[in-house]
Amino acid sequence: MTSLLAVAIGFALGCYAIASVIVLVRLIRGPRAQDRVFALDLLYLHALLVMLVLGIQHRSDVYFEAALLIALFSFVSSSAMAKFILRGEVIE
Amino acid sequence: MNAVPFWIEAAVSVLLVASGLFVVISAVGFVGFRDFFLRMHPPAIAYTLGIWTVAGAGVLYFSAIEGRLVLHPWLIVIMLSMTVPVTTLLLARVALFRRRAAGEADTPPPLSPLVPPAGEPHRPAKDGAP
Repeated sequence: MTSLLAVAIGFALGCYAIASVIVLVRLIRGPRAQDRVFALDLLYLHALLVMLVLGIQHRSDVYFEAALLIALFSFVSSSAMAKFILRGEVIE
Repeated sequence: MNAVPFWIEAAVSVLLVASGLFVVISAVGFVGFRDFFLRMHPPAIAYTLGIWTVAGAGVLYFSAIEGRLVLHPWLIVIMLSMTVPVTTLLLARVALFRRRAAGEADTPPPLSPLVPPAGEPHRPAKDGAP
């Protein structure tokens, strides 16, 4: 791996970290519950991107499966929380 | 395990840097806008461009390593493009219904005034809105 790719990977990971901190502001401060759910969904996306970039860094396929699982859990948890704050229960 | 040519590493680096910038832009927009319905739009940058660039980088890099076409990073793009609209639409409905239930001022009225949407009590329009 050349230093160019290492620098690019470091830059991308740093950008994801900064973006996660920025989104965390909305997660803590967010005026309503739906803002917080949306911020949590974005944090899931950032974790997924970190997993994909780590897979490129370590040349491994295992990170890809972790990213797929994170995508699945992001959908399930966000839709469950949206249903909960909409109706008060998840499964009617 | 093949040696990766330099131009592929350069292309992967450009894609990764672009993805990082897209994600930061979407996060700034998500925190900066003042209203929830405005705030729903900037994450679309991260959900489309951010993930497409990283998946493209993964496809390029793993294809160069293994010497054949490796397409499995696109699976995440396909999966996100199926699931993200569902959660976004659910959260938009949540925001709309909760605003109507709270009686906030700048809420869009229901399409039909006679049939109340499910999940909220019927409330007549106040200022003569149709």
